[in-house]
Amino acid sequence: MSRTISQYLVHIILIVGVLLMVVPIWIIFASSTHDNGTILSQGMQWGLGDQFIENYDRVLNQKGGFSQEITASSMLINSFIMAFGIATLTVLTSLMSAYTIVYFRFKLAVPIFWIIFLTLLVPLELRIMPSYQVVSNLGLVNTYTGLILPLSASAIATFFFRQFYKSVPDELLEAAKLDGANSWKFFIDFLVPLSKTMIAAMFIFMFVYGYNQYLWPLIMTTDEKYWTVVMGMKTIFMSWGVERFSYIILSMIPPVLVVIFLQRWFIQGLFQTK
Amino acid sequence: MSFLELKNITKVYPNGTKAINETSLNIEYGEFMVFVGPSGCGKSTLLRMIAGLEDITEGEIDLDGKTINKIDPSERDVAMVFQNYALYPHMNVYKNLSYGLKNRGESKENIDNKVKEVAELLEIKEYLQRKPAQLSGGQRQRVAMGRAIVRNPKVFLFDEPLSNLDAKLRGQVRIEIKKLQQSMNVTSVFVTHDQVEAMTLGDRLAVINNGVIEQLGTPIEVYEKPASKFVGEFIGSPQMNFVNGAINNNNFESSSFKLNKDLNIDNASVVLGFRAEDLNLKEEGEISLTIDIIEKLGSDSIIYGRDKDGQSICYKESGNTKLEVGEIINISLDVDAVHIFDEKTGKRLN
Repeated sequence: MSRTISQYLVHIILIVGVLLMVVPIWIIFASSTHDNGTILSQGMQWGLGDQFIENYDRVLNQKGGFSQEITASSMLINSFIMAFGIATLTVLTSLMSAYTIVYFRFKLAVPIFWIIFLTLLVPLELRIMPSYQVVSNLGLVNTYTGLILPLSASAIATFFFRQFYKSVPDELLEAAKLDGANSWKFFIDFLVPLSKTMIAAMFIFMFVYGYNQYLWPLIMTTDEKYWTVVMGMKTIFMSWGVERFSYIILSMIPPVLVVIFLQRWFIQGLFQTK
Repeated sequence: MSFLELKNITKVYPNGTKAINETSLNIEYGEFMVFVGPSGCGKSTLLRMIAGLEDITEGEIDLDGKTINKIDPSERDVAMVFQNYALYPHMNVYKNLSYGLKNRGESKENIDNKVKEVAELLEIKEYLQRKPAQLSGGQRQRVAMGRAIVRNPKVFLFDEPLSNLDAKLRGQVRIEIKKLQQSMNVTSVFVTHDQVEAMTLGDRLAVINNGVIEQLGTPIEVYEKPASKFVGEFIGSPQMNFVNGAINNNNFESSSFKLNKDLNIDNASVVLGFRAEDLNLKEEGEISLTIDIIEKLGSDSIIYGRDKDGQSICYKESGNTKLEVGEIINISLDVDAVHIFDEKTGKRLN
């Protein structure tokens, strides 16, 4: 009897949690399908309206910005490129630097690791002026490379992979050596597949991190062609139209897709390697 | 010239620890050599130097007439079975077996044939598509063996491969390894701290202590004529009995008993060693023993007791003993089976 009660209780808590997450998004979505008048006179809506196609079409394709040359769809693409680039490069660089630190036991491996770790104390916002200087001297202002590169090394990710590599038994390396694997093969054939789940997790984490960047792209891009979704929010919120709801819904789609896509892989890997 | 020769091998770790000290050893083609010794004696280090996983500080290792000191582990043509098997967790059994062959650049067809053949031999054919995590301990052990066999190496190296198995399986696998080695006639080096494995598997044993080979010989030689007190103590179960005493006029004398045999040894302080099975229950026996503990194993009984000086002595009787704890018995020593060791150096004197 008490067990069923506690089960009900657990489910009630879970359902409340789900509602807390879903309801705001639903209200935004529902509101985004009404016309401007309804929103202005009646506030946000619980039910669906009939302006879905019109609103979303307008948001995706209407030109905005000061010089009227950016649309939400190109901002989405910019954000996706930036986030994808940051996530991919971060995973690659941290996988490799962790590999170097753990497996090539050169003298400076430990100090170098701690120097990498120290960069945690210096987030982009703190080093934004020198970073801008470097990027601008390299002629990378208003380029995707300039958006991505300064954010594509992560101490946290390096640390994560380092911890994982340290838990890989030495015998595995030795057996691989006897089987003729050189250091490159050991990395590709062993460490990368073994850290599959961590790669997926880090990729999700870094994608969202890159997608949410605001200050860096704001400073980096004087050309509206390179505007990102997060920057666009500021502009779209200056208008009070219904479009901002559609814009919010659209801006959520890329990270959600990445999570949904990688989570399957992530969970699969989790069960297989155990 | 022997097939595998270790010449004056020394291993010093960067922190200054000397793991192996000027050790030389010749292993013949097809021989099953066992390195046995307590943990930390250097036996694994020696094996890993043969494999190429550990640098050689001084000395030379020759395999099949070629010095292999500087040769890469994968090109030495040796295969190793690790204590924890070190199977590749993300690859299925087939890939575990074929990985080394693939790296050697063998053809797909060739690899397939070899893997199937070994799988057949080791009866792991049904598991080829499984991952190591889905196998039992015994099956994993077979896969680890298979990975070594499939490469058809010149030397098999075993680093305590049975210690992760339960007792019953260990006995079975031990016999299988012996059979396999005999039928394939591959030179093998087997590291263990288990004296039963050492005795049953090896054509010859190298008993290693503190980085030095204390004795090299067939299992029976090592058992019957241990070269030092350490070897006598390490090989044999129950452990050899030791009584301190002295040689006086060619006769052994301890504070509690005297041995009536001309030993032909100069006067010295010595340790007398004798095995539990070399004692006999006799009225006129020279050692009187107060029984402390009796272990009945079914086939034998092992009786632990103390002599007059409180020195503990162990005596073995076949069958189920009628003796009881607390009883005082007299036992006599088979004088031909005693071992005399120098008290200081531990070396055998007789």
